[in-house]
Amino acid sequence: MPKSKSAYSIPTKKQKPDTYIFVVWVDNEAGVLARVVGLFSGRGYNIESLAVAEVDAIKNISRITIVTTGTPQVIDQIRLQLTKLVPVHKVAEFKREDKGVIFKEMALFKIVGKRNKIEKCLNACKKFNPVILDETKTSAVIQITALRREIDKMNKKLKPLGLISTSRTGAVAMTRGAKIFN
Amino acid sequence: MPKLLTGAEIVFKCLEDQKVEHIFGYPGGAVLPIYDELKNHPSIKHILVRHEQGAGHAAEGYARSSGKPGVVLVTSGPGATNVVTALTDAYMDSVPLVCISGQVPTHLIGTDAFQECDTTGITRPCTKHNWLVKDINDLSKVMHEAFRVATTGRPGPVLIDIPKDIQFAKAKYKKPNKEKKLNGKSHNKFSQDQIDELVKLLSKAKKPIIYSGGGVINSGPKASQVLREFVELTGFPITSTLQGLGAYPGDDSQFLGMLGMHGTYEANNAMHDCDLLINIGARFDDRITGKIDEFSPNSTKVHIDIDPSSINKIIKVDLAIVGDVTSVISKINKTISKRKNGHSKSNKSNIAKWWEQIGKWREKDSLNFVKSDESIKPQHAVQRLYELTKNKDTYVTTEVGQHQMWAAQHYKFNKPNRWMTSGGLGTMGYGLPAAVGVQIAHPEKLVIDIAGEASVLMTMQEMSTAVQYNLPIKIFILNNQYMGMVRQWQELLHEKNYSESYSEALPDFMKMAEAYGCKGIKADNPDDLDDKIQEMIDYDGPVIFDCHVDPNENCFPMIPSGKPHNQMILGPNDQEDNKIKGKGKALV
Repeated sequence: MPKSKSAYSIPTKKQKPDTYIFVVWVDNEAGVLARVVGLFSGRGYNIESLAVAEVDAIKNISRITIVTTGTPQVIDQIRLQLTKLVPVHKVAEFKREDKGVIFKEMALFKIVGKRNKIEKCLNACKKFNPVILDETKTSAVIQITALRREIDKMNKKLKPLGLISTSRTGAVAMTRGAKIFN
Repeated sequence: MPKLLTGAEIVFKCLEDQKVEHIFGYPGGAVLPIYDELKNHPSIKHILVRHEQGAGHAAEGYARSSGKPGVVLVTSGPGATNVVTALTDAYMDSVPLVCISGQVPTHLIGTDAFQECDTTGITRPCTKHNWLVKDINDLSKVMHEAFRVATTGRPGPVLIDIPKDIQFAKAKYKKPNKEKKLNGKSHNKFSQDQIDELVKLLSKAKKPIIYSGGGVINSGPKASQVLREFVELTGFPITSTLQGLGAYPGDDSQFLGMLGMHGTYEANNAMHDCDLLINIGARFDDRITGKIDEFSPNSTKVHIDIDPSSINKIIKVDLAIVGDVTSVISKINKTISKRKNGHSKSNKSNIAKWWEQIGKWREKDSLNFVKSDESIKPQHAVQRLYELTKNKDTYVTTEVGQHQMWAAQHYKFNKPNRWMTSGGLGTMGYGLPAAVGVQIAHPEKLVIDIAGEASVLMTMQEMSTAVQYNLPIKIFILNNQYMGMVRQWQELLHEKNYSESYSEALPDFMKMAEAYGCKGIKADNPDDLDDKIQEMIDYDGPVIFDCHVDPNENCFPMIPSGKPHNQMILGPNDQEDNKIKGKGKALV
């Protein structure tokens, strides 16, 4: 243990962090995203990805999906701290490994190159519902939906095939079956 | 058609409906319409401070001593940024404040206009919630909501930013909703099962301790009453955090004194060795727990708190009861009484041995200090102050540092809301303006700021406020010419390298008192101390008391860094035969 001259206690052994997905329902009002994001940065929590949009125009509700890592104790704190924010209505969280929940990200790939290279790219993306959104003689924009790690992998794989630009969303999540988050 | 009111009129209508009697503020360009309206509302008295931070701390003192929310009114830009320290302080110590700030007109927001700043952006992390009112039709709703957020659940500060054009614009006024819709933020949903479980633990405990905190004070005077009943019913020992002092009588035999870094030997050892720890309205702050891994290693832990995010934040507990202290403890008391069925059978005999052990720890007399005939010892000064004011229902505020800890150790509080100190944030300069706020709330009571000479200089300008409103606050300065706590740490941790902790050019506090138009008293001899303190108490008006104390005195006992509760450093008497050696020295 390092010798300390500090009156603060020395950090003690840490548990292993896990990846969790938070789904937060908030009033769609000015500054609400800043409150949520500020809570994460202010308390030293991590944000791996973030997706936010209004989901109910009548009730004025937005849904924020945040992928984060933390020990169970930190994850507990994140939920409780989020719940305390005034514009937050509901908070749900689950582990990334949770089989009861679907979670997806979308990516747009711009490929520049000859026809055969673009074909190769499409082929490589086959498992991830590729859609061609734009096509010219020398380029294509391909949309895929997949998991984060899969998109990471494709990103690497397509580089030698002419991938020049990637744009991707954060993860969004939905429970399987008739159940909804509560 | 109902009458249309201007934004400024709506602000005052809301304040009247929220039964606000005092606001602490400082005018400026962006709040002039509100200040213009002030004259039409005689039930609301404005206290003009000398710096916006002072307004914030005064409102904190007002709120803590009265249980009502403190209201602050400041202008845009520097007015708002100056109040940030006080808002953060209130946030850390759960003090209900409603801060109204002016803002540049809506069409100028974002243009770097004169005295513009992103007030809601700056104050977002230091308030429970804040609002920028961009539509006059939202104003009355937001104002009432602000009071509700500030005062319900775990209390805290809120801020309402009102652009100048909104203050001029007109709208209908809406009264507050009678029914309190809580947006799912109410946390008083504990169950009888939880209470039963706790009562079972109580009856089995052999070495129990109650550790109460500021939550008891915040829950209202009833909470202190039911806490006292609870302690009497169980016969358990009780210790308190800095913020909780006064919830339980400081001179009672079941009270072990304050716990934590500068807590008593008996309180800290009892925390370490106990088998049942009942936390009531406290938050396992790092100044309390010491080393987390070795914090109270063999106890079943119970946590009663209104804030669910306080549970398991630092210390994992075995039983958590989320609720308001008053309702939870009342329920526990009722359940205990019912169980006993009129019989007085309790487990008091089970814990007799525990009390014996506590008695042995008490014999250490850990708050002792070496008395002197030549110089005034700061602990002695606080003890004399206590003895001479204890029959007067005195309100005490403090600054931050050694004097604060000595006040907490040696001044004994018997009632809640009598002790106002900056615990969480540790804001030097808190005590003087807080005393102003306390005196406004309690004009007939004796209000003393136990201060250090370094802290008090940070907000000294508020003496001018005290004189203007003829507030007879007593500023009792323990003057050791050092930033004492900094000096103490440098002595213990940094090989006596007193880097920048000595104040080379202190003002003459006697002349300063004269300049402000109040009374100055100076004491440097222990023989005259009592007479001088009596003179201060008897004087009808504000006093600056310059008490010259031994500059080398350290605050003991103390839990050194990275150590658990049972490894305290005791005072000089004990240190003679218990020197810290070798490896331990590096850890101090």
